[in-house]
Amino acid sequence: MAINKKIKELQEKREKLFRGGGEQAIEKQKALGKRTARERVMALLDENSFNEYDLFVEHDARDFDMDKKSLPTDGVIIGSGTIYGAPVAIFAQDFTVAGGSLGLMHSRKITKIMDHALKMRMPLIGINDSGGARIQEGVNSLAGYGEIFFRNTISSGVIPQISVILGPCAGGAVYSPALTDFVFVVDNISKMFITGPEVIKTVLGEEISMEDLGGARVHSEITGNAHFFAESEDECFDQIKKLITFIPWNNSQKARPFETGEPIPGYNIDKIVPDDPTLPYDVRDVIRSIIDNSDFFEIMELYAKNIVIGFGRMGGRTVGFVANQPLEMAGVLDVDSSDKAARFIRYCDAFNVPIITLVDLPGYLPGVDQEHAGVIRHGAKVLYAYSEATVPKLTVILRKAYGGGYIAMSSRHLRADFVFAWPSAEIAVMGPEGAANIIFRKEIMSSDDPDGMRKQKVEEYKAKFANPYVAASRGYVDAVIEPGETRKFLLHSLSVSENKSIQMPYKKHGLPPF
Amino acid sequence: MILKVKELIHGTMKKDVKLGFLNIDTSLYKTRISSKFENRKPYKAADPRMILSFIPGTVLDIMVKPGQVVKQGEELMILDAMKMQNQLKCCMDGKVKCISVKKGDKVSKGTLLLELE
Repeated sequence: MAINKKIKELQEKREKLFRGGGEQAIEKQKALGKRTARERVMALLDENSFNEYDLFVEHDARDFDMDKKSLPTDGVIIGSGTIYGAPVAIFAQDFTVAGGSLGLMHSRKITKIMDHALKMRMPLIGINDSGGARIQEGVNSLAGYGEIFFRNTISSGVIPQISVILGPCAGGAVYSPALTDFVFVVDNISKMFITGPEVIKTVLGEEISMEDLGGARVHSEITGNAHFFAESEDECFDQIKKLITFIPWNNSQKARPFETGEPIPGYNIDKIVPDDPTLPYDVRDVIRSIIDNSDFFEIMELYAKNIVIGFGRMGGRTVGFVANQPLEMAGVLDVDSSDKAARFIRYCDAFNVPIITLVDLPGYLPGVDQEHAGVIRHGAKVLYAYSEATVPKLTVILRKAYGGGYIAMSSRHLRADFVFAWPSAEIAVMGPEGAANIIFRKEIMSSDDPDGMRKQKVEEYKAKFANPYVAASRGYVDAVIEPGETRKFLLHSLSVSENKSIQMPYKKHGLPPF
Repeated sequence: MILKVKELIHGTMKKDVKLGFLNIDTSLYKTRISSKFENRKPYKAADPRMILSFIPGTVLDIMVKPGQVVKQGEELMILDAMKMQNQLKCCMDGKVKCISVKKGDKVSKGTLLLELE
């Protein structure tokens, strides 16, 4: 056979496999508002950058007449390419082939690209769209999942791992995304659950739709399993691409620097925070008023909104923000917000991203439900994550920093490298009302005018303690700065912490309270 | 309670944000109250005389009758759940006041099965 003929043969073989599960299955996929796996990979990666591997892999299952069935690509596409020039390894499950079900060879393709990503120290993106285990392949299918989970865990903190849920992801399959760094979901397309509506109905008699049980909104707002919510696959891909620009390729690098740019001048930083500590504002405006181009990339926007996390750049370098949000639940720390913040702090620490913490919180949320939900254990995660983090840690106390909340929010005592406070800062063991009620209880109770006396004592306490100067006098705050000086101070602090080096005592690993 | 908040310059704070008040250490903070917080269930102390299903399942068998005197450790019911036949044993000496389910009933978690007195 002449080489030309052989090339033609290859082209024909490829063409056939590119069609996945065939026209009918593709039509069904489209009817659900979904792209095919191949279209997704192409949409996500830089043009012409995709190199596909294992196109010709086939399953060798024999039971249940499987030996008579051919499953093109065994239901998953793997390969590598680039996003804005950054190398990424990628797999995309193809729902048009046997419902994207995971058999032995399907899983071997996935683990092959995972091993490749880890070895080459590049980010891994997994697009999940699968009906679950390929039942006909029995325990081989379970083995496949186990091999994936193991690699997710070993790669964790070494290379960025991104999961994109673009279809069903049910049963054991959900644990791969849950082990990765960032999970992306799309409204009406993503479905994640351990046991589906059918099982729940049979066993418990409870009826619930897939969307209400484990749709994109549920995981973005209620469970906290998802980090990014999008209305469409296109929006989702834009989010992934943007994220890739903020993170390094692996844990021995820093994120690529960008050209620096000033914040948009319209944010008047002096006027954002109301003087009265009980009044709300949107802390994201403070973030936008100090970062490059006011471009803030928020993570878990819809979950535990009382704390804000996300990436921005300062002087062209990626920084991670953790900020109490007075607009939501007064910015308290509670079970969910502690969990959200702690995980992000650990992400930043693992991937060499400096952390800037903006503090304005009244303390922890009181309540039986919080105590019984384990706010002690969850709250401790924040202390653990900040204490353990060795990346540059910069703290700005905007207003309230009371009690345990003050300690938890990257205080000097947890080894923040720089702690700045605005003149509006109130660093105290608790709010003036609560403190006055306790300290001056006798005076207030024995007074002829308890309310008047209470007011007077609250004012006294405010004047004496509701300021940054007591903490500054002990050196717990390094500098009291004007709001307008914040960017300047942070930029300088970041530049002098560029080569920060800390030796932690040897250990196999710590025991964070999870 | 709905309060209007003035929009900040270039602010992301919407004009008609629904705000309420949250009490932390006797200070009232004006802020948005999450639905999770608003919908939280008020705490109720557990009553040992009320036997609730600890797991969703099906009532397979009932060994006692209303009015019957029972001893601690005595078997009251079998609840079939998660492929297991769970024996429900009496937690105290007493008398069966009433039984709220019958054989074959599917019950969700927390359903009242039986009341003691």
